Amino acid sequence: MSADLTELYQQVILDHNRRPRNRGKLPTANRVAHGDNPSCGDQCSVYLRLDGDRIAEISFDGSGCAISQASASLMTTQLKGKTSAQAQALYDQFHEIVTTGKEPEEISDIAAFAGVHTFPARIKCATLGWHAALNALKGDAVPATTESHTD
Amino acid sequence: MPTWNNIRADFPILHQQVNGKPLVYLDNGATSQKPRAVIDALVHYYERDNSNVHRGLHALSMRATDAYEGARTRIATFLHAADPAEIIFTRGTTESINIVARSFATRLKAGDVILTTEMEHHSNLVPWQQAAKASGATLRYVSVLGANAEGGLDLAALDQLLTPQVKVFAFTHISNTLGTINPVAELCRRARAVGAITVIDAAQSVGHAPLDVQAIGCDYLAFSGHKMCGPTGIGVLYGRRALLEKLAPDETGGGMVVNVTYEGATWKPAPERFEAGTPNVAGAIGLGVACDYLDALDRAAIERHDHALARLAYEKLSTLPGIRLLGPTGERGGLVSFAFPDVHAHDVVTFADEDGVALRGGHHCNQPLMRKLGLTSTTRASFYVYNTAEEIDVLVASMRRTLKFFVG
Ligand SMILES: Cc1ncc(COP(=O)(O)O)c(C=O)c1O
Repeated sequence: MSADLTELYQQVILDHNRRPRNRGKLPTANRVAHGDNPSCGDQCSVYLRLDGDRIAEISFDGSGCAISQASASLMTTQLKGKTSAQAQALYDQFHEIVTTGKEPEEISDIAAFAGVHTFPARIKCATLGWHAALNALKGDAVPATTESHTD
Repeated sequence: MPTWNNIRADFPILHQQVNGKPLVYLDNGATSQKPRAVIDALVHYYERDNSNVHRGLHALSMRATDAYEGARTRIATFLHAADPAEIIFTRGTTESINIVARSFATRLKAGDVILTTEMEHHSNLVPWQQAAKASGATLRYVSVLGANAEGGLDLAALDQLLTPQVKVFAFTHISNTLGTINPVAELCRRARAVGAITVIDAAQSVGHAPLDVQAIGCDYLAFSGHKMCGPTGIGVLYGRRALLEKLAPDETGGGMVVNVTYEGATWKPAPERFEAGTPNVAGAIGLGVACDYLDALDRAAIERHDHALARLAYEKLSTLPGIRLLGPTGERGGLVSFAFPDVHAHDVVTFADEDGVALRGGHHCNQPLMRKLGLTSTTRASFYVYNTAEEIDVLVASMRRTLKFFVG
């Protein structure tokens, strides 16, 4: 297998794809947003229970490729307990990783997505869940679609 | 003259490596590759004859006009149309269908029915939804049968669906997702019996098998040049002359008018009435040359070749653990669409790409059908004249490797 593909499908990603964390509807959710990737049909719904400005609980549901599913799964583990400002900061970091391949200074599982940057068509897959989560935080009623985002 | 023995030499693009492996191009359902003859025709046109058509009296304009109208005649012969005036040049299948659908949008009324099928590409579906919304007509669908859509269209239900209220029946010839070959002549005959106009989406069939619009008995037929060795940006709407004469223009402007005053204008007859503005001259010429190329290979032979590859691929893929193959189990068009329970189509396509194999993964512009089948995406391998049995072995080996990686 090529180095690029090994980079893309890192062990962390494969693990989250096989055993997604926080998957399924969240019965206690007070925010939900849906994301679509119309060009490939990937879908992701993110459910939040916000406690003030803090994400008390989070889950996701949907279907898509290993990258999109693993990204959404890993995201839920990262965002739990965060404020919306912290969530946005994490997304900015994640976006930097998947678009440039630059790994963050502090050790983090999201660095596993650095390999995505050599597959530009897959960046949308990696960011789908994040877009939905940020929309849920903002309380946007509109579904996120990766097509209308610059990446 | 192209020959089957040396066919791959006619397609310059095939002779390259992708990710260090020889390119195995199996995405012909999306677009086909172009033979040298078509590429040369485009270059020749731009280097020697480029000019506007129908307007100039100078030598180049006459040459360009002759070549453009020659292409129209060539395509009429290719489809066995009664008259070159029945060939309207468009951008492709999508525009062709939209022209017809928009004309119905202004003519239909509440109570009228538009009939289509559950296996249509979005481009033969959404325009009809729009026409129904605009006119108040009802949109109905012929069902697709079987958990894997292996049963094709529910023809038994057709008599019930084809009521006199049905004004138009639009259906695909070969499904781009399933490979199903619809009995188009029978569908046209049954539609005609209730006075419905028929519209065939022939995007996946025209370049793959002999086709005779008069024998089929359709009213309209749409296709794209780029899926049949022709250039992108050129396609055809075939319409029966008697209907085209009654059809109002879709776009208006230069080239399609007879007499213009400040108050109004009168229209030229078909086909010019439907070709406002400067057309895709080079594209039309290239498409004519693509017709020559395919006929030299013999379309009956192309059909045998594509179908044999699809059958072989179907058989070999069916040995893979867990695979779900869609569409007919017997005779099928030149493509195979499949899904694995534990590996998403995009991951499959990414892995195949590493092996140099170009596949399509996704919903194939067929979201409602995917939903009905309980899928969000499939992987599709689609074949054409230059594909070989050895390439199917490369495909199957690549699928095995992918399954091993994701499933173990
Ligand atoms: C069955 C079918 N209909 C319509 C289309 C649309 O063709 P185009 O995009 O060239 O207009 C396609 C190709 O994608 C197709 O496979």
